[in-house]
Amino acid sequence: MSAAPAIQLRGVGVDYGRKTALADLDLTVERGETLALLGPSGSGKSTALKAVAGFVRPSRGRVLLEGRDVTDLPPHQRGIGVVVQNYALFPHMSVAANVGFGLRARRAPRAEIRERVAEVLDLVGMSAFADRSPRQLSGGQQQRVAIARALAIRPAVLLLDEPLSALDAALREEMVGELLRLRAELPDTTIVHVTHDQSEALALAHRIAVMRDARLVDVGPAREMYRTPRTEFTAAFLGAANLLPVEVVEVDGEGGATVRLGDAIMRARVSGELDGRRRAVLGVRPQRVGVHAEGTGGLPARLLAAQWRGEVFRLDLRLDGAAHSGQEVRVRAEVASIEGLPPVGGRVALTVPDGCPLIADASPEEET
Amino acid sequence: MSVEAVTGAAQESPAVPAGTAPAAPARGTGRRAALWALPPLIVVADFFCYPLALVVAQSFIAETGGPTLAVWADVVTSPEFGAGVARTVLIAVGAAAGCALIGTFLALVVSFAPFPGVRLVSGLVAVLPAVPGFLIVLSFTFLYGSAGALNALLGGSLDFLYTPWGVLLAEITLFTPFVMRPLVAAFGQIPRARLDVAASLGARPWRVLWQVVLPEVRPALAAATCLVLLMAANEFGIVLFIGAKDVVTLPVLVYTWGIVTFDYPAACVVAVVNVVLSLLLYGVYRWVLSGRGKRRARVDED
Repeated sequence: MSAAPAIQLRGVGVDYGRKTALADLDLTVERGETLALLGPSGSGKSTALKAVAGFVRPSRGRVLLEGRDVTDLPPHQRGIGVVVQNYALFPHMSVAANVGFGLRARRAPRAEIRERVAEVLDLVGMSAFADRSPRQLSGGQQQRVAIARALAIRPAVLLLDEPLSALDAALREEMVGELLRLRAELPDTTIVHVTHDQSEALALAHRIAVMRDARLVDVGPAREMYRTPRTEFTAAFLGAANLLPVEVVEVDGEGGATVRLGDAIMRARVSGELDGRRRAVLGVRPQRVGVHAEGTGGLPARLLAAQWRGEVFRLDLRLDGAAHSGQEVRVRAEVASIEGLPPVGGRVALTVPDGCPLIADASPEEET
Repeated sequence: MSVEAVTGAAQESPAVPAGTAPAAPARGTGRRAALWALPPLIVVADFFCYPLALVVAQSFIAETGGPTLAVWADVVTSPEFGAGVARTVLIAVGAAAGCALIGTFLALVVSFAPFPGVRLVSGLVAVLPAVPGFLIVLSFTFLYGSAGALNALLGGSLDFLYTPWGVLLAEITLFTPFVMRPLVAAFGQIPRARLDVAASLGARPWRVLWQVVLPEVRPALAAATCLVLLMAANEFGIVLFIGAKDVVTLPVLVYTWGIVTFDYPAACVVAVVNVVLSLLLYGVYRWVLSGRGKRRARVDED
């Protein structure tokens, strides 16, 4: 058995006419690893997945599966399992026929097909529905059948293209649990999960690759990406962090820094390269922003809006006396209670904890 | 700030006056619906049922004016009638099969293997039904006739235009768009992802076509083929214009006996048989198709 990675994309680019859908992507996925391709619509994540599956032919670059160059191979010769957003079940076939389709295409013996179909339907908890038509199933059940169909051919690589986005919130939560269970039961299967939902990516992936505008922005272990994002985009997209402009006062040699935000001085963790810049942004998640009544200490701010979200209140605030590239600085906070706070339009005090990630400011350095 | 301060104004219920019951169905709705159905019923009765009833009645009236079965007996036992039925069925089934094959192929090419100029070709094919049948025959004469372009190239060896094959080819040319157009629309409804997933599971293009694409367009194909079957069974212009001596279909027989030899009762018998035959062909085709469909589903589940 070779030790080559499960998937290697070497400078893969995809153009549709004059539009670049994927720009020179270099990415490696190890065997048994689950990688989430995360990004907004049009970021190129689904195009990357299609290039791996063979659904689109790269305009440049090479695609390797377990060290074998498959760039010129059609999809039916790649041996990859694919699950797509709307499941793409064959409506004229029963659940069992859907699941057995790939094995029939590979001319497997009938007995083997029956056995394997029963096995994977059992794996996804759909044995009782083998004779049903896909039309008789709920969204979550169709999803399970689509996964069973992809797993039936025993693929080394399983590609999931936004598999949960057509489900309602409760079902999505349930399916995340199901996928985690499957991942544990299939430790040798490499999974690439395309999603625009950061919570899905964080829950399911060992590593996350963040994409934007057809390019790979950042890639790394899921926890590291969440705790110490290296780019403003990653910080904002993965956890919806507030990006607060700060002045770098001092950087120590152990990954720490002292920064000034308005009149407040605080400690931060350097995330990524600052390259000697004096201006940077502090990534502060809404849950970590403290909002207090005015006069209790902290950064002066004004409460612009408040929404009740059940578990939390979401507050929109504006920092007084702080501006970033001439723009006022908005802060979003999530707090459990609004007791003691003034009504919308009133003045409040914000606190930001020490240890937030410090990211290089992508905007040009201002002359001082 | 209190919780109430952020929850916004309470949703007001729609203004419904107290004690207002849902509107009861107005009386006389059924009578009004019947009145609306009357105009189309009158049109159908005037333009279809009445003439058909006249034709049927005429086929049972002797020259003396009394009722008789003799006309039916004479027509049904005549060799021309038997040959006409056989020829009509063969040409109709052949044309329907040819249109189904060629129309499916063309629709597949247009939908899944587009080439430069595909829209133009597709548009030209779509326009064909607007062309009168005799123009197709005329163009065939210029192409395949004894003095046609193709015969000039082949040294006069091509001689099929005035045979049943010529009629069949002309009907297939005229009716193929009736299959192709609905199939192009049906192919357009199949999600691309379904075909991609089928391919990723190891299915070669032929299997994807046979097991994924065609079963999904089967209703459209069946409906279109039925339409062609009925049109071909009743086609008159092409057969008459080609003027093939051996090709006497039921519509041509109606024309010959009714207009040329003035045997109106006999023509009425053939016309009634033609109508019944059309309906019968349609019924048989649907029955065969539904039977095959059920068998197909069973095979898939094996």
